[in-house]
Amino acid sequence: MKILVCISNVPDTTAKITFTDNDTRLNKNGVQYIIGPYDDYALARGVELKEQSGGTLTVLHVGEADADPQIRKALAIGADDAIRVNADPLDSYFVAVQIAHVAKQNNFDLILMGRESIDYNSGVVHGLVGEMLGIGSYSPVMKLDIEGGSATISREIDGGKEILKAPLPLVLGCQEPIAEWKIPNMRGIMTARTKPLSVVEPVSVDEMTVPEKYFLPAPKGACKMIPASEAETLIRLLQTEAKVL
Amino acid sequence: MSVLIYVELDNGSIKKTSLEAVAYGAKVAEKTGDKAVVLAIGQAASSALELAGNYGASKVLHASDEKLTHENSLAYADALAQAAGQESSKIIILSKSGLGDAMAARAAAKLKAGVVSGVTALPEINGSFTVTRGIFTGKAFATTEMKSDVKILVVKKNVIEIDENDVASANAVVEPFTPQLRDADFQASVVNVEKASSELSLTEAQVIVSGGRGMKGPEHWQPLLDLAKALGAATGCSKPVSDLDWRPHHEHIGQTGIKVAPNLYIACGISGAIQHLAGVNGSKCIVVINKDPEAPFFKAADYGIIGDVFEILPKLTEAAKKL
Repeated sequence: MKILVCISNVPDTTAKITFTDNDTRLNKNGVQYIIGPYDDYALARGVELKEQSGGTLTVLHVGEADADPQIRKALAIGADDAIRVNADPLDSYFVAVQIAHVAKQNNFDLILMGRESIDYNSGVVHGLVGEMLGIGSYSPVMKLDIEGGSATISREIDGGKEILKAPLPLVLGCQEPIAEWKIPNMRGIMTARTKPLSVVEPVSVDEMTVPEKYFLPAPKGACKMIPASEAETLIRLLQTEAKVL
Repeated sequence: MSVLIYVELDNGSIKKTSLEAVAYGAKVAEKTGDKAVVLAIGQAASSALELAGNYGASKVLHASDEKLTHENSLAYADALAQAAGQESSKIIILSKSGLGDAMAARAAAKLKAGVVSGVTALPEINGSFTVTRGIFTGKAFATTEMKSDVKILVVKKNVIEIDENDVASANAVVEPFTPQLRDADFQASVVNVEKASSELSLTEAQVIVSGGRGMKGPEHWQPLLDLAKALGAATGCSKPVSDLDWRPHHEHIGQTGIKVAPNLYIACGISGAIQHLAGVNGSKCIVVINKDPEAPFFKAADYGIIGDVFEILPKLTEAAKKL
């Protein structure tokens, strides 16, 4: 089985977000970058499936060279090879076109990624890629098993879960508890250095959406503290002052 | 030309978040001088669909083919793209949800449309078409120019305030809509659906009462459930609670769980790790109850009570029953 796992390179979940260049770019100074948490789940399940089936796992990132450490980490965790599409992507559509282009050249059975990136939170790349390739796409997938060319998928739906059986190839957006995150061991880190990481140029895409400016939310007002002995007054305040009841 | 709005159904009624999308779409249509047309897929009575007129829609296309009864984002996206073609829609609106994102994505690829998910305000339309969206899980916003001919917007909850009891009474015309269904969209088979029918959906709930490790174990959840019942609220939990199996996974709220945006979020015994805050920062009002005065959640709260949740929750429940 040929598996492709797409990873994003995003600021750590605890990073303080600020902007620069007249609020037109993220200020990367002092920001620690990580593989997107949801993509980490996809990668972990991809590695498990590769080990079970004896197939291959390619990791793909659409981005610039500063993501190479994260790509190497994915190789250390268990990917066999990596592709980086050398671009500074502006939107989900651009990213999806690049992924679909790479996928068309390689005939992957399974394309995994996180349910969304934690920087732009769109949650649309898997659907775009699925449609561009003319194959099924499902998200958010919490459990995944592959048997005889078909996938059994457990995915979250509003207020519960749904179990689907779908033929491969598929594109899936993943989230926990699909697998436990994997931490690379020393052997993995050493072998990752020699695994192939190809850098390819992007295919051209019409501009669909262009970010213009970034801004932070208005600062939160002070928290109104209510003595525990008068807890019941909170309900009245929520009704008359906050007007949320 | 029309603005096309997709509405999600729940037991034959239009979901509140979708009614907000209709109101949003109607305001966009006002700006562009177009009509607001709604697409509903699934089983529903015409009378339930006509209500879309109260929020500004002039017409509802209703695709009620039995094959579409069960949620199928592939077929629904196909239907959406076909409806957009029929209605010459250059702007398509959906509400933010798993289904909304999935349909928007596949329809965008079909229609070569730009898609922006997580929209938080009405668009600015003056020569260009610019939308505002939440990014970094609510920690920031971006204004984005949409340059494509066809534009798909996935709108967050609470962007447009609607009062279901105070609307114009203008019923929309309901028309049957019969999309061409493709076999390729029905290759997946549904093995099982587990849905807690009695529970309120976290994404739709106006009030959420949520518990963390401060609740001390699954056997101590009753006071929280009592308050939720008194307030007509949905219940949620923090990641550690779901990891420990104290509560079901679908209640997990946070960066890697469900992101919620209720009017009122009451956090009981949750310290407020940044990953949890990322899942609740869309809430209008946050109440934090915690015995630790240093809990970081108080910094993000509107109201706070420092004390023992097991003493405070019954008091709140009694007061809530008197509402």
